[in-house]
Amino acid sequence: MSASPLLDVRELTVEFATRRGTVCAVERVDLSIAKGETLAVVGESGSGKSVTSYAVMRILDRAGRITGGSVTFSGMALQSLPEVEMRDLRGREISMIFQNPRAALNPIRQVGRQIEDVLLQHGQATRTDAKARAIAVLEAVRIARPEERYHAYPFQLSGGMCQRIVIALALACRPQLLIADEPTTGLDVTTQKSVMELVTELTRKRGMSTLLITHDLGLAASYCDRVVVMEKGRVVETAAAGAIFRAPSHPYTRRLMRATPRPGAGLRDLLPEGAAPFPAAPPTGAPLLKVEGLVKEYRREGGAGFMARLTGHAASQAPFRAVNGIGFEVRRGESVGLVGESGCGKSTTSMMVMRLLDSTAGHITFDGEDIGAIPAQRFAASPLRRRIQMVFQDPTDSLNPRHTAARAISDPIRRLGTLRGSALAARVEELATLVGLPLPLLDRFPHQLSGGQKARVGIARAIALNPDLVVLDEPTAALDVSVQAVVLNLLHELKLRLGMSYLFVSHDLNVVRLLCDRVIVMRAGRIVEEGPVETVLENPAADYTRELLAAIPHPPA
Amino acid sequence: MSDLPVTAEAAALARPSAAGNLFRHARYVLAGNPVTAFSFLLLLFLIACAAFGPSLVPYDPQVSNSLRTLQPPSAQHLFGTDQLGRDILSRVVVACRLDLGIAFFSVALVFAVGGLAGVAAGFFGGWTDRIVGRLADTIMAFPLFVLAMGVVAALGNTVTNIVIATAVVNFPLYARIARAEALVRRNAGYVQAARLTGNGELRILLSTILPNILPIMAVQMSLTMGYAILNAAGLSFIGLGVRPPTPEWGIMVAEGASFIVSGEWWVALFPGLALMLAVFCFNLLGDGLRDIVDPQRRT
Repeated sequence: MSASPLLDVRELTVEFATRRGTVCAVERVDLSIAKGETLAVVGESGSGKSVTSYAVMRILDRAGRITGGSVTFSGMALQSLPEVEMRDLRGREISMIFQNPRAALNPIRQVGRQIEDVLLQHGQATRTDAKARAIAVLEAVRIARPEERYHAYPFQLSGGMCQRIVIALALACRPQLLIADEPTTGLDVTTQKSVMELVTELTRKRGMSTLLITHDLGLAASYCDRVVVMEKGRVVETAAAGAIFRAPSHPYTRRLMRATPRPGAGLRDLLPEGAAPFPAAPPTGAPLLKVEGLVKEYRREGGAGFMARLTGHAASQAPFRAVNGIGFEVRRGESVGLVGESGCGKSTTSMMVMRLLDSTAGHITFDGEDIGAIPAQRFAASPLRRRIQMVFQDPTDSLNPRHTAARAISDPIRRLGTLRGSALAARVEELATLVGLPLPLLDRFPHQLSGGQKARVGIARAIALNPDLVVLDEPTAALDVSVQAVVLNLLHELKLRLGMSYLFVSHDLNVVRLLCDRVIVMRAGRIVEEGPVETVLENPAADYTRELLAAIPHPPA
Repeated sequence: MSDLPVTAEAAALARPSAAGNLFRHARYVLAGNPVTAFSFLLLLFLIACAAFGPSLVPYDPQVSNSLRTLQPPSAQHLFGTDQLGRDILSRVVVACRLDLGIAFFSVALVFAVGGLAGVAAGFFGGWTDRIVGRLADTIMAFPLFVLAMGVVAALGNTVTNIVIATAVVNFPLYARIARAEALVRRNAGYVQAARLTGNGELRILLSTILPNILPIMAVQMSLTMGYAILNAAGLSFIGLGVRPPTPEWGIMVAEGASFIVSGEWWVALFPGLALMLAVFCFNLLGDGLRDIVDPQRRT
């Protein structure tokens, strides 16, 4: 490390004024970044990692205040710099990229113009050469056909491309420090790989420093020089990336590493204390769900304009096939993983299996009955409804904000079951105990529960009627790794105890490896590979599966 | 994404029940927003006037007294008297019940009809949406006050018809807000979850979607109340709806208007002030309610 770091944060304390008094979000945090260094700040939600970066940029929201410590950026004390000078510094010397690239771009302005705006704002270009400069910047972030893309609007670009544009915006003025706040959350693994490689390559080429804020230890390990681990507003460990994974010194870091799904670790290995091993899984039984030739088509809305319809061209345009003739089987007591990147049709497939969406063609046979023939609208009244249930991706979004946890869990029983009154209440308590939700929490509303608790409510609701098949739609995607570890273990335990089958929809191969017996890899509406989970993940037959596996960042084992 | 270590558990410890929670929250908002607190007090005052006014006022609002016509405000008649010698204070206070009543019932009516139609339009889409949407468009195509005049003129000059006319002109507003809110929630996770737990579409509409948009509609109700009062008073002002000698703010302003030039300003001023105060109160209240129901402010 050089003698005077580019960014030096000393004893930084940030407090937020809330109605229940002052909350200390960041407490005496020390970190420093040398010139050309890439530093990762790792922590779970609530660790204060984002707040730290906001404090550096001085973009805390109204309630937040820096109450102590110093932030020194190439010799300047940022915490006492006048706002006017700070504004000039942001974007020119320190740039930031955010989690949701689409939200960071102006939706009604061409991306090239947006880059020009930044260049002009900071006097990096003149009116005459702005366009050429903007195209050069687009080229630098490896946007193919930059002259064409210059005129594109954000909605015409994919998520990964939008993030490249945001990076282009951030790097347009050649800043010395780039702060990247979860820049690849919400992107596919292969896109994540290319975006992160772009960032590291650009920073290396330009001698920039990067502060990467992430919850993903693997990402931090793969792309950063040093790692700072934060917990509850404090820095618990700072070390070189290699060293921290080889010999984590703080118990929290060890816990975090333990909870991260990785090759070679079983479900129980993720939990902090040695839990009893799972009983042996019973052999899988007869086929429960059989999907044959399933197709879902969507009409192309955008392409067929008024003129096209007028001239009869609309009819000639083929509809978009989100799911293109797939077939698979789920046996009794089996977990099948449905894996693929966004847009591959895995969610559409699960929605059709759940009978929330009508298929265009094909058969969905559940326990001998063709449920695909029952319209989704009328499936609520079908006796089969209670036998197919689902755990949703976002535990917050899938709970009615006006219903208590008890009400949410009892809803399926009220509608489809027979229990009433005290028997119903007893069943709800039994379910809560089964999923490990403390009974006093049953009277709470979703906003009074933590993410993990909400996930438990969602699982309890799904298993309330002892279904035969549960579709798990990325049930842990919105959770912290330590919570994810607990929830995955819970799901597996429940499966063994209740003899359910799982259709597990996920983009995370490491999680699929833990929970599933078989895995189906989908791409562009088709199945590219299918087989036992070990075979597919250890010796993938399809190039695409190999590509997916290679893109996952792993902490050095 | 909140990165604060204010956990849900910690927050929930201080909130024992839903009702206590709302009360606490309302108190917090009111403490930080004295204007809303003031508007709540004003509302209580107006409700008290409407409820007890007729039995408290010093004079009979309908009895004229030819000896005391057009007297300026005095200790005997705090707001003065009008051209027939009636006590303006008594009339203003008694009129409160009628004006608030018209406003309340018209808003309740449009809330029930427009709100339900809008929710159904947003939730079901398709033909329901098209019919409700075009109906709203048709109403919007008229100058609203003229439409209200037309409705009262066509249906007949009664208080009930003022209520209906005010409800009709507010229909597009309610239908559109309810539609937009239902549209957002139509495919929310918890609505899908409700489908999975065996709820039919109609039940989802009534027991899942509707309760979730009620708070937003409540804010709208308060904001529309002010407009409904103005509308009712406006109709009376031009001679539709309530007829003299019934005390009503709009008529009183209309009657008093001709005396302003001759210097008897109090005849029009006090009912006008009452009208202004009521509208003002409901608008402030609407802003405050919005803060109370806004989940963004519930930290």
